[in-house]
Amino acid sequence: MDLRHSEEHEQFRREVHAFLKDAWPLRGEEAELPAAKQDALFRERAIERGYMYRDIPKRYGGSEQPDDVILDSILLEEFTASGVSASLPTVGAAMLAPTLLEQGNEDQCQRFVGPTLNQEIVWCQGYSEPGAGSDLAAVSSKAVLDGDEWVIHGHKVWTSQAAKADWMFGLFRTEPDASKHAGLSYLLLPLDQPGVEITPLRQMNGDAEFYEVHFDGARTSVANTVGERGEGWKVSRATLVHERKLIGDPNYIRRLLNGVVELARKTQWEGRSALADPGIRRRLARIGARLQAQEYTNLRQLSAMASGNALSVMTPMMITKLHSTNLTQDLTKLAFDLIGGDALVMPTPEEAQGYTIPELTAGTYLSQYMFTIATSIAGGASNIQRNIIGERLLGLPRDPRP
Amino acid sequence: MDFGLSEEQDLLQETVRTFARGECPEPRLREIYDSETGYDPALWSGLSDLGISGLIAPEAHGGAELELLDAALVAEALGGAALPAPYFGHTLACLALRLGGSAEQQERWLPRLASGDALGTVALGEGDHGWLPATWQTELTDGALTGHKDWVPFAAQADVLIVGTRGDGLALVERSATELIPVEGVDRTRPVWSARWNRAAAEPLDVAATRICEAGAILLAADAFGAASKLIEMTRDYVQTREQFGQPLARFQAVKHQLADMLTETEPTRALWWFAAYAFDHRPEDAPLAAAQAKAHGTDVAMEVARGAFELHGGIGFTWECDVQFWFKRVLFDRTFLGTPDVHLDRSAQLQGW
Repeated sequence: MDLRHSEEHEQFRREVHAFLKDAWPLRGEEAELPAAKQDALFRERAIERGYMYRDIPKRYGGSEQPDDVILDSILLEEFTASGVSASLPTVGAAMLAPTLLEQGNEDQCQRFVGPTLNQEIVWCQGYSEPGAGSDLAAVSSKAVLDGDEWVIHGHKVWTSQAAKADWMFGLFRTEPDASKHAGLSYLLLPLDQPGVEITPLRQMNGDAEFYEVHFDGARTSVANTVGERGEGWKVSRATLVHERKLIGDPNYIRRLLNGVVELARKTQWEGRSALADPGIRRRLARIGARLQAQEYTNLRQLSAMASGNALSVMTPMMITKLHSTNLTQDLTKLAFDLIGGDALVMPTPEEAQGYTIPELTAGTYLSQYMFTIATSIAGGASNIQRNIIGERLLGLPRDPRP
Repeated sequence: MDFGLSEEQDLLQETVRTFARGECPEPRLREIYDSETGYDPALWSGLSDLGISGLIAPEAHGGAELELLDAALVAEALGGAALPAPYFGHTLACLALRLGGSAEQQERWLPRLASGDALGTVALGEGDHGWLPATWQTELTDGALTGHKDWVPFAAQADVLIVGTRGDGLALVERSATELIPVEGVDRTRPVWSARWNRAAAEPLDVAATRICEAGAILLAADAFGAASKLIEMTRDYVQTREQFGQPLARFQAVKHQLADMLTETEPTRALWWFAAYAFDHRPEDAPLAAAQAKAHGTDVAMEVARGAFELHGGIGFTWECDVQFWFKRVLFDRTFLGTPDVHLDRSAQLQGW
């Protein structure tokens, strides 16, 4: 064990730091440009330096850098610290682009990867349906071939960002006679067409970042089938691996913890700071220890992957989602307890949207508490995680298939 | 950057595990447990032959001069075997001499301690809640030790005791100058005594007691992690053989999920004591917080795992004949000794400036 960074890595960090200091925010005339244009300019420069889209070949608009998880983690830390909006991972760049590179054909890579990276095409993910949640393979939205086009009928739900998206990637039942998993295909389809209706799904915290998408005769070319017909399940597993990159950012939990400590410090209980209350201190200290455990465990995973030894960290990899979810919920519940009666007031729409940045308003914390409850479901329900941990890590018998 | 173990460290653990499997399998452990002394000198001399008694002692005095992480990895393996051996107190005594002994004191004690010819232990706690050095009343004045200590592991077998004294100090005293009072300890793999001195001849060591307590907290967290891992393994095996309602318990999702939760809480605590042990040698400024977190959270999770292991074993888990009790009590010791989780949570809050 040696937790010092090598001189080479320290040098890399200094270079990235200097680049970011210079490149963001934009200055002079460039600072007057529309936000999307500023983001695009920054991305262009970051790609040129090899700091973004490192796993994507140059011919598709990436920077094609050698695989190095340590450098990736340095970049993530430095980019997060500098608050660059242009580097926020998008569904398209983080999930679809790598899926196309692995499972798509040359034509699909040519048409979609570049425009996805520079955000000319914004994507949403079409997996869940009213009847297909944890049992994802029960998808019933169907696509029927009509000449060289798929004609789609059905209903997707929990679709993040659907109203802003230009295209959807998702699973559709194309082989009604095949078995459950073998009847699905992975299709790309444009949303701006008749036969697509997008409606917001209002959440319990008042915000609406998810949508329902209804299809009634929507069409997409057969050339937009990723992988073979009937092999959509396999393709979707590849996407799921990349989804991990979007979930469970420990820096987020650390920022949240720091915010809650400040909230406790400011909160007055019977003439003294709530941070002086032994019960609050112990709850905070316990959550702090659990977060520290998660952070060091992430470091252990990173380190094992860097030395090509990912198999040795299967256990931490598979428990991280469940552990982080429980931890974050306990933390936001503590904030919820600190705000007291204000927890009885509905968050404003602004507070409901501000869950990613801890701001010291009661409504933000309340909204965060509600939002973190949703992480028990999003990206793989906690009880499904427990099944996976029990079956694959502990070797217990699989659940009977009904 | 490398947050992982070396091949030598893997080998060290495997060596201890192989020894424990061969020399102290469950039937032998039960014999020792039910014996008068709760102690088998052959086990400790076997470990000494492997170099475990001299693990932390300097090379110049016949030790291996390894780091606290290596010592913690051995503690994990011994916790996993619930091995009845005086490793914990002995290792802390050697560490105290290594960090705070004069050249003469080191020369006098370390070669014999390292070889296993002499045994060391630590006398730290006073009364039910006197684990923190700030609460100690035992006093060393002009080479004379006066006071009372409780929960001294393997005191009757030890040749030399390292005693915590008022003002965050440590004193070296021989067992022959110590009056011992037997206690029926709950963890028979690590029997304890009370100790008394009235102007006994003793010498100061030049190291803060707090630092030795930190090392102790880390070793206990590692021991508890080893015990918790063993309990999860035993329970996993048991639920696959025990049948109720016509099928193995493991077929019930409630059982599967309970075990999954036990593993999910336990696994991340490994990284806490790994880091704390690394910090002890390489980032001493980070060690106090890391040790407090590892001890508070790690041993508490292990206790909850022990409770769950008992629950999943059903009624048999509550019997003397069931092996679960060995590890349940091992964890109870690890959680209580040097202060309960609340003590270390309070300390970690303070260390973070809260």
